[in-house]
Amino acid sequence: MSVTDVIPAADPGGPAQPLITVSGLRKYFPVRGGILGRTQAQVQAVDGVSFAVAEGETLGIVGESGCGKSTTAKLLIGLTERDAGEIVFDGEALGERLSLKDLRRGVQMVFQDSYATLNPRMTIEASVAFGAHVQGLDDPEGRARRLMDRVGLDPARFAHRYPHELSGGQRQRVNIARALAMSPRVVVLDEAVSALDKSVEAQVLNLLSDLRAEFGLTYIFISHDLNVVRYISDRILVMYLGEVVEIAPVDSIWEEQAHPYTRSLFSAMPSMDPDNRTEKPPLAGDPPNPINPPSGCRFHTRCRFASAVCKAAVPKLAGLDRNAAHMVACHLYDPASGHPDAGQGGLA
Amino acid sequence: MALAETSPVAPVQKPQGYWAGVGARLVRDPLTMICLGVVLLLILSAVFAPYLGLPDPYKGSMIARLKPLGTPGHILGTDEQGRDMFARLIYGGRLTLFIGLSPVVLAFFIGGVLGIVAGYVGGFVNTVIMRTVDVFFAFPSVLLAIAISGALGAGIVNSLVSLTIVFIPPIARVAEAVTSGVRALDYIDAARATGASALTVIRVHVIGNVLSPIFVYATSLTSVCMILAAGLSFLGIGVRPPEPEWGLMLNTLRSAIYVNPWLSALPGVMIFVTSLCLNLLSDGLRSAMNVRD
Repeated sequence: MSVTDVIPAADPGGPAQPLITVSGLRKYFPVRGGILGRTQAQVQAVDGVSFAVAEGETLGIVGESGCGKSTTAKLLIGLTERDAGEIVFDGEALGERLSLKDLRRGVQMVFQDSYATLNPRMTIEASVAFGAHVQGLDDPEGRARRLMDRVGLDPARFAHRYPHELSGGQRQRVNIARALAMSPRVVVLDEAVSALDKSVEAQVLNLLSDLRAEFGLTYIFISHDLNVVRYISDRILVMYLGEVVEIAPVDSIWEEQAHPYTRSLFSAMPSMDPDNRTEKPPLAGDPPNPINPPSGCRFHTRCRFASAVCKAAVPKLAGLDRNAAHMVACHLYDPASGHPDAGQGGLA
Repeated sequence: MALAETSPVAPVQKPQGYWAGVGARLVRDPLTMICLGVVLLLILSAVFAPYLGLPDPYKGSMIARLKPLGTPGHILGTDEQGRDMFARLIYGGRLTLFIGLSPVVLAFFIGGVLGIVAGYVGGFVNTVIMRTVDVFFAFPSVLLAIAISGALGAGIVNSLVSLTIVFIPPIARVAEAVTSGVRALDYIDAARATGASALTVIRVHVIGNVLSPIFVYATSLTSVCMILAAGLSFLGIGVRPPEPEWGLMLNTLRSAIYVNPWLSALPGVMIFVTSLCLNLLSDGLRSAMNVRD
């Protein structure tokens, strides 16, 4: 039995429809206080996030700290309960025909902190085999050993070691093996390579690319590092303060960032060219408090193109005129929005 | 691939279970092994007391009262009624260890389960369990034990029940605190993400990581428990004379402290040695249960 035998054959949804569709996903965390611990306010962590990921595709999610990337990831596999919204996996809606346990069989996650995500009292083999045990797959230990071998850890040497005996890169390989042990079709990678140093990061990224091809995986890749996201993703989703501001194919967004926020995010990227260094900060100030987000377009408080309409109305996510696959939520691109600069086909 | 991963001189790992590793580490710790030996000796001598050829611990002699240590025939002297102290100390271990250990063991299981459930589930369940537990903290533990024992009536079983109730709240409190800390860690999220039920996650991932602090705390309570049991006996709602029990003996020999201070200190020495050994043993176990060392 080779490693490839663990790929599931079933694909009831067929190749034509998206593997995962998320619509109107919302999560507000209550802020409790006072003597009775009543809800005083709500942190609007994720508000109305919708996207679809096709089979075999990699969707990169980027945004600054606190924009709701990780909450979105946890909502996707049900680690955090969603307040509203629909998650459709392979044509079946979660909570209707799809149980949480089945969703977790098909969608797995790799977390950022490779050490904290491994039980310190469990051997590597036991950690990797745990999920297969839970899902009742046969021969969990054999499966664990084959996967350890596949991610580049010799089972004979590592199976009986404990997490603290491994380096960060080795531990993240263990986490990847653990996620794959359940033969998922989608893997959510939440800052999976962010904590690794650059050389190990490159190795793990290459491993992830190889595994994607070998097992036919679909990735949702969350990171704050645009270069890493560009390397691995087919499409990029930009989040700001719990909302999607732009979704576009990698090449298209690299060529032109439509949303003013995306533009500042990209200009914050360190340049390799000394003549092209960033002289002034692309964005001033901290993001607004998500407890009481700005009205209308949530970015209007920091946007240099903001006008009255941005404060008043929430922009809709819509495709650009010249490329419908490049979607942006900004009044500048909607001639009917009433923005004074709208309809000029881009940023000044 | 990193250098360490391909290094050819890496030692061959021999498969070793978790408990085998704990045992191996325990054996290498001389202090813990000595304490384990003392505790085992105390328990075994208490269990097999009738077969050790000791004098009758209940038979006194009016002419041989309060003999000093080293008296021929009474190696540790005699008590205020002329009964052999050595025999009474050995026999006393039976009741003392039973009353000192079993409430803590019972409270360890009950309080541990309550605390782990409260800490893992959180929310409303946590509030109900922990606020109920808090009610018991309103009373000093001695007073609570006396009140419950008094309400149930005198007797060994009733004092066991009252001591168990006294020790459930502090153990539940510690268990809840440790569990809610572990609950917030990423590996619990990772385990939940496999689709495992709450019970499986608790059994496989939570218990192993919260057990040693709860266990160490519970062992530290055994000496308190022995003292509390002695207090109950003194008040006439626990062990009754002439039963040999260290706490009770400490109380009855109290009046002889000016006549023969060494003699009246003996039951206290036994309690001290036992609780010290139990504490050191629990410390040793905690280090042995830590796979990182």
